[in-house]
Amino acid sequence: MDVAAFSGIVFIVAALAGFLGSLTGLGGGVVVTPVLTILLGVDLHYAIGAALVSVIATSSGAAAAYVREGYSNLRVGMFLEIATTFGAVAGAHLTAVVPASALAVLFGIVLLYSAWHSFRQRRESSEVPPDPLAQRLRLDSTYPGPSGAIRYSVGRVKAGFSLMFGAGVLSGLLGIGSGALKVIAMDQAMGIPFKVSTTTSNFMIGVTAAASAGVYLSRGYVDPGLAMPVMLGVLAGSLTGARFLMHAKTRALRLIFAAVIGVLAVEMIYNGFSGGVGR
Amino acid sequence: MTDVRMEKVIGTLLQIGVLTAAIVVLAGGIWLLTGSFRSAPAYKPFRSEPADLRAVGRVVAGLSHPRPALVIQFGLILLIATPVARVVFSLAAFARERDWTYVVITLIVLLVLAYSLAVPHQ
Repeated sequence: MDVAAFSGIVFIVAALAGFLGSLTGLGGGVVVTPVLTILLGVDLHYAIGAALVSVIATSSGAAAAYVREGYSNLRVGMFLEIATTFGAVAGAHLTAVVPASALAVLFGIVLLYSAWHSFRQRRESSEVPPDPLAQRLRLDSTYPGPSGAIRYSVGRVKAGFSLMFGAGVLSGLLGIGSGALKVIAMDQAMGIPFKVSTTTSNFMIGVTAAASAGVYLSRGYVDPGLAMPVMLGVLAGSLTGARFLMHAKTRALRLIFAAVIGVLAVEMIYNGFSGGVGR
Repeated sequence: MTDVRMEKVIGTLLQIGVLTAAIVVLAGGIWLLTGSFRSAPAYKPFRSEPADLRAVGRVVAGLSHPRPALVIQFGLILLIATPVARVVFSLAAFARERDWTYVVITLIVLLVLAYSLAVPHQ
C-alpha cells in the first residue's frame, strides 16, 4: 500500500472514531487506539502516541468553547493538574516497563468501564460537607444557571486529588484523556456540579496529555506519518460529532455505539491475551 | 484581570493554538503525500523514531532544512505547546492578581511540563 492510500484509510478510520467519541462523550483517543491496533495492525505504542496528540486537539478545541461560557472552574483545574501531570509522567514512564499485552488488557477494561459510565443515567453530584482546604484554595465558585449564577462549594479535596493522580497515570499509560475518571473525582468525590465537572475535566485533559507527550516524543511513540492522519481525522470527526449531537435523537444511536465500543473493548482484551498488539 | 476576562483570553488562546497546529500538520501532510509514492511504512513491530524527530529542540532546529516528517512533527509540537501556553498565561494572570498560592501551584505544573518536554527520556 502506498503512503497516500494508507493515510487516507487512517484518516477515515480516525474521523469515524472521533465522531463516535464525540457523540458518546468518551473522547476520540480512547476509540481510535483499538481501531488502529485491531483493524490496521499498528503496534500499540505508535497507536497510543498518535491518539495522545489527537486528545490534545479535541479537548483543547472543546475547552475553548466551555471556558468562555464560564462553566469550567480554572482554580479547581489548575490545582488538580498538579496531581494529573505527576501521574501522567509516571504513567508515561511505565509504558516502557509494562508489556504491550498487559496494556491492551487494561485498555479494554478502561474502555468498557468508560462506556458503562457514560451510558448510565446522569445522576446528581454527591452531597459532600464543605472542606476548609477548599476554602483556603478558593475553589468554591459559581456557574451560569437559567436565572443567574448558582453557587457551589467543593469538598473532599484530598480524595479528589488522589483520584486525579490515578487519572493521570491511566492517561500517560494508555495515551487517553481519561475524562471519565476525572469527572468521577470531581462530581462524586468532591461534590462539584456535573456540568462544571465535565467541562473542567475537558479543560484539564490537554495539560495532562502534554505532560506525557514529552515522554512519548522522546521514546519515539509519535510517528509523523501516522499521527498526521490520526490527528486531522479525529479532529474533523469530533467537530462534526459535536454539531450532529445538537440535532440527533441520540438515545437509539447511543445504544448502537455502546455495542460497537463493547466489541472493540472485548477485542482489545482478547488481543492482549493472544499477544496480537505488539511487544 | 478578572477571572471572567482570563477565561475569555484562555478560550481564544486554545482555539488559535489548535487551529495553527492543524494547519501546519495539514501542510506537512500534503507535502508528504505529493512528494513521493513510496509504500507506507509498517507500524509493527515498534522501532522508535529517528533521533531528530524525538526532541523538541532538534525538531525546531531541523526546520532550517525542512522535510515533510519534520514539518508534521513541528505541527504536533505546536499542538502540545498549546495547553503549555495556557499554563504560562495562567501564571502571568495569577501573578498580576497577586494570588501567590496559585502562582506556586501553576509553577509546579509548569515544572512538571518542562521536565517532560525538555529532558530526554530513555
